[in-house]
Amino acid sequence: MPAVEVNHIVRSYADKVAVNDLSFSVAQGEIFGLIGPNGAGKTTTIRMLMDIIKPDSGDVTILGEKLSEASKNKLGYLPEERGLYRKLTAIDSIIYLASLKGMDRHSAEEKADELLNQTGMLPHKRKKIEELSQGMGQIIQFIVTIIHDPQLVILDEPFTGLDPVNTELLKRMFADLRNQGKAVILSTHQMNQVEELCDRILMINDGRTVLYGNLTEIKSRYRNRTRSVILDFEGELGEVPGVKEKHTHKGYVELVLDGNTTPQQILERLVNTGIVINRFEVSTPSLNEIFLEVVGKNHE
Amino acid sequence: MNKTLLILRHEFLHTIKRKGFIIMTLIVPLGALLAIGVIPLVSGIAKPAVEITTIGYVDESGGFQQYTSQGNITLVRFDTPDDATEALVKGNIKEYFVIPSNYASTGVINRYTLEKQLAAPPTTTTAIKNFISSNLLAGRVSPATIDLIEAPLNLVTTRLTETGAVAPEQGGFGNFVIPGVFSVLLVLSIIFSSTYLLQGLGEEKENRLIEILLSSVSARQLLTGKVLGIGAAGLAQVVVWVISAPLLLSLASSTFGGFISTIHLPANFLVLAVVYFILGYLLFAVLSAGIGAISSNSREGQQLIGLLTVPACIPLWFMSLLMFLPDNPVWVVLTIFPLTAPVEVIVRLGVSDIPAWQLGTSIAVLGLSIIGGLLLTTRIFRTYLLMYGKRPTFREILRNLRSA
Repeated sequence: MPAVEVNHIVRSYADKVAVNDLSFSVAQGEIFGLIGPNGAGKTTTIRMLMDIIKPDSGDVTILGEKLSEASKNKLGYLPEERGLYRKLTAIDSIIYLASLKGMDRHSAEEKADELLNQTGMLPHKRKKIEELSQGMGQIIQFIVTIIHDPQLVILDEPFTGLDPVNTELLKRMFADLRNQGKAVILSTHQMNQVEELCDRILMINDGRTVLYGNLTEIKSRYRNRTRSVILDFEGELGEVPGVKEKHTHKGYVELVLDGNTTPQQILERLVNTGIVINRFEVSTPSLNEIFLEVVGKNHE
Repeated sequence: MNKTLLILRHEFLHTIKRKGFIIMTLIVPLGALLAIGVIPLVSGIAKPAVEITTIGYVDESGGFQQYTSQGNITLVRFDTPDDATEALVKGNIKEYFVIPSNYASTGVINRYTLEKQLAAPPTTTTAIKNFISSNLLAGRVSPATIDLIEAPLNLVTTRLTETGAVAPEQGGFGNFVIPGVFSVLLVLSIIFSSTYLLQGLGEEKENRLIEILLSSVSARQLLTGKVLGIGAAGLAQVVVWVISAPLLLSLASSTFGGFISTIHLPANFLVLAVVYFILGYLLFAVLSAGIGAISSNSREGQQLIGLLTVPACIPLWFMSLLMFLPDNPVWVVLTIFPLTAPVEVIVRLGVSDIPAWQLGTSIAVLGLSIIGGLLLTTRIFRTYLLMYGKRPTFREILRNLRSA
């Protein structure tokens, strides 16, 4: 049973179509990246998954059933812009919001202590939210998101404003969630995080799917289309037949190939020139480059 | 526990812990208590000295020599206006008047003073009037008759019931005090409660907590929980005041006696005060929630709700008119119009009886307005709660309501 099953959802506002015929599914035990430029329809999609707004047409199935009050308790949501009741203490905020997810007070407090301890936030338990730093507030909010042991966790830009230590902490906890068989949807602009964490992705633009599937598979698909190699060498590199352009970067050179030459042929020719080759690599486009290419093409 | 109840409890506790709420709730009974304790002390120490004012007069007509002491005013006779002017300039007298020789045919009295006044002070006028009439009547009627002519009326009113017995509730200003004070408190309480609701929604909207809440509960549960939670806190406040009023009153009347002891609560006042607080609050809360949903931040929302609270205050502005014209049909309109009804009913209770049909209509209209407002607000709430930034125009709201 997939954690999320979305079929042809459409949602329009007064002046534009925010989500246009979107279909995808998210399996249990995977981290799923939802990516796209600003205004692509990511937040609208997430709100429909959360039943905060309803689709005009199409349907959403969460954990095998239509969304209801009871199924809301199985979801954890970390919205993009964050805030909590400023005057409330950390523990009171956690317990109140956990109770709205159907937890009783006693088990909420017990679990909160465990998570606060795990994140090193236990000393700040009785502090008011307004006394905490932004990063600490975000950790509290992440605790609120997962305290009720949700089967599906949706995180909208979870790393914004976090220092490297807390970013690593969160990444470890995401991996834990996946290992526990939870489905995690990660919506972010930070492509390096998506590359590092996600198993599968959905890239949307103008409310439509532009890329969908296994991340490794998508990247290799784009690699086959690339025409450049990365080279780190010692010696004098003259003209190499089949190389159209040379871009010198710090510590390496990128050779852009013409249409008729394969990387294998270039390697042979380089070996024949007699230079010392320290590194030779068929360049793999980063997700960022794929993102720019796909979205750029769509904008044309 | 039911999620609506959880929100209700959270909002109730959150509200009653607010400093503003605690101060507002306690300041009324504590302030009154303080006044009861302090006033006798102060009045014991500082008995205001009775000041005797001296007024001069020149009698050109003749025959005005007696009755020169009128209450706190003493009249001194001068032979000529020049003498009187000199005394006035020196400050020996406060003012003087001249009874001209043709007074008997014209009735004109000329008054001279150093002060700039709109009209002669009533105490002075009364003193001069009594001085002249006493002198005119002297020797012709008995002194007792003179007293009666000066104060011919000491009206004592007794209200009878339909059976002819003396009514237990006698009316008068003593009856008006509590409803008068209470209506002001009611307005404040309704405005504060609605403002708390608006601020809470504004805060949740500004920091996007609303999304977490709506991913846990429905918009209807959130709205109901918040309105009832904050309303319960407001009701607790009103109940504290209502309960403390009779206690303080009996304490005050045993301390002071006099006018205070004539103060008492009109019948069914307690019940109607609570009923109208609940209805009035619900109406304003529902409207506040709608405004909170469409406004982009709590400051903007408060400006909008400010417009709505104007009608709630209208009965207070016209309170003095109501005292003198209690039968004007305008009060019936204000009693039935939902935004003015809660305060108008409380104010009117202190002045006159309100016919049962008016109370019934007023409660029914309020109830219907609340239900109508609730239906509208839940629609607006769902549509606009998640829209940040720009406030929708009135036309957009109407279009969305129609299509929703």
